[in-house]
Amino acid sequence: MKRFFGLVSKEFQHIFRDVRTLVILFGLPVVMIVLFGYVVTNEIRDVKIVVWDRSGDQLSREAVSKILSSGYFILAGYLDREEEIESLFRSGEAKVAVIFEHDFEKNLVREKKAAIRLVTDASDANSAQLALNYLQGVLTGFFMSLDQDVSLPWAVDIKTRMFYNEEMRGVYMFVPGLMALILMLISSLMTSVTITREKEFGTMELLLASPLKPVEIILGKVTPYVLLSLVNAATIILLGYLVFRVPVMGSIWILMLECLLYITLALSLGVLISTHASTQQIAMVFSMVGLLLPTILLSGFIFPIDNMPKILQWFSSIMPARWFIVIVKNVMLKGTGMAFIWKETLILLGMTVFFILAALKRFNIRLE
Amino acid sequence: MSVVIHRVDKSFKEFRALKQVDLRLDSGELFGVIGPDGAGKSTLFRIIASLLAPDSGRCEVNGFNVVRDYREVRRLIGYMPGRFSLYMDLSVEENLNFYARVFGTSVRANYELIREVYRHIEPFKKRLAKRLSGGMKQKLALSCALIHRPQVLVLDEPTTGVDAVSRGEFWELLESIRQEGITILVSTPYMDEAERCDRVALMQKGRVLDVADPSEIGKGDMLPIYALRSNREVYPFLKRIRKLEGCRSAWLFGDELHVTLKAPQHASAFRKEIAGWEDDSLKWVPISPSIEDRFMWLMTEAGEAGTAPGSMNENNSLSEDYKYT
Repeated sequence: MKRFFGLVSKEFQHIFRDVRTLVILFGLPVVMIVLFGYVVTNEIRDVKIVVWDRSGDQLSREAVSKILSSGYFILAGYLDREEEIESLFRSGEAKVAVIFEHDFEKNLVREKKAAIRLVTDASDANSAQLALNYLQGVLTGFFMSLDQDVSLPWAVDIKTRMFYNEEMRGVYMFVPGLMALILMLISSLMTSVTITREKEFGTMELLLASPLKPVEIILGKVTPYVLLSLVNAATIILLGYLVFRVPVMGSIWILMLECLLYITLALSLGVLISTHASTQQIAMVFSMVGLLLPTILLSGFIFPIDNMPKILQWFSSIMPARWFIVIVKNVMLKGTGMAFIWKETLILLGMTVFFILAALKRFNIRLE
Repeated sequence: MSVVIHRVDKSFKEFRALKQVDLRLDSGELFGVIGPDGAGKSTLFRIIASLLAPDSGRCEVNGFNVVRDYREVRRLIGYMPGRFSLYMDLSVEENLNFYARVFGTSVRANYELIREVYRHIEPFKKRLAKRLSGGMKQKLALSCALIHRPQVLVLDEPTTGVDAVSRGEFWELLESIRQEGITILVSTPYMDEAERCDRVALMQKGRVLDVADPSEIGKGDMLPIYALRSNREVYPFLKRIRKLEGCRSAWLFGDELHVTLKAPQHASAFRKEIAGWEDDSLKWVPISPSIEDRFMWLMTEAGEAGTAPGSMNENNSLSEDYKYT
């Protein structure tokens, strides 16, 4: 035990003495959360819209001026044919089209019912979704303010359609995906680099020649990163909650336990990588290309799995992050308990055991 | 017997690093292994430190087999790899503490043993290892290897890349460690260091050529040896000498050449030949061989044994890689 703590405290000394490690460990999660949160997702400004006002009455004109005065949208022009929308989208002159039906005001007054159609260019899915949400908000607010003038009940039916990516699945819920990504990156990259560093600098030779068992060496190197990654997971959850109001609906303990499982998995992957890589550089490339990219692309974090070709769908099911994201979404956003995530948890558990065994088998008691 | 190596073979793919190596170390002995780079010294030491398993043969440390009982071996051996196994981002003190804890002991418990070594670097104990000089790194690495009071100390080229003064100090430290009854096995490419050992083994190309007292090694049947000195450029001079008929071997020794002849009767023809080179600065003196000469002699002997006649220069060029001091 004394030996083990000797290793752990030495590893902490390495970590806290290396600025680069510290930046990656603690700066990266914060930067990524903020980047994704603000730049990529949450803020829209000066979205170009076109209007096809088939009604041309008082109310529709007021609605348009309300949209433009909200500050989020600027008018790119008026249309008179639906076909023009697509060419404007393609040329990038407009991102959203607002279409009022014939006799908009008349319908609303007489039948208490009128329709607006919103069409967006969803090739940039995040901003399209946001633009729609904002537009709906502005329009709903506007029609609510009419309450006094128009006798109730009435309804404005806002229909939306997203070009190019009609499904729009949970993209804006970036926190679970980001958690999967950051924990995978930090845990596997850091461990693989720290172990190969000992090989590269020749210190592993003396560790091996000491009475330490391989398990002790690995655990001693990995334990600090388990703790730090847990801190990271908590930071991400906290930042998501405080800054972006992403709640934790389910049990925080289940969530943290699942994080621990996923971290362990990523760490054992890191150890496995380190047993194959002889230098830090190789370990880094391995982790980046072999883990980070597939995690981003195939886990369903950015691209919906259902839209992938079959073969990539199969491939995505060996991505630990895919299952972790499902778990986190369930616990965090839907508030479900173990009953709904035991299958994914088992898959992660199985993967973890597999990687640990593979790593231990590869980790030699000798130099060869 | 402290360390027993019996007919050990070791290959890395096609390359045969060790060929039928036999060595026996007495307890408390300061034993040197001398040989050029690639002779197999590090491989041999790694086998003794249980870091490599021999392909065949047997290796035991204090009666423990390095393959079967590697755990015991690792407890009683103090190993200092060729590259100092230090953490550069930790301080002197932290490195020492770490290795003490890894071996389940503490610096205080064994301070007496390392004091001689450690007192040289203790004033700098707060300094990071990367800011130490070569000599200080070497002393720190030695302290780390000693911290668990090993019974056998295995030092792989501890003086390589260290200045001459530190090297001298280092050998004095080894002497004092030996007083504690610790068996020391040390390798070096520097032949002058061989004289500091109780016994030395000369290795070349994976073989042990000779094991003897440093003053005795290679004696026996050595041929007369001549020193040749010239003001002319030394490499063309060496090449030219080697091409001469009757020259058995020639090697550089400082700024002169040391030459042995195939047979004593070649001497007069040889002298006549070089007299015809019209080099006034050229001098030819019979000398008594130094320990280095005896090593060179042994190495060329061994080289000849394994190759066809006529490929003499090839053998000698191996000796040119040899580090001189």
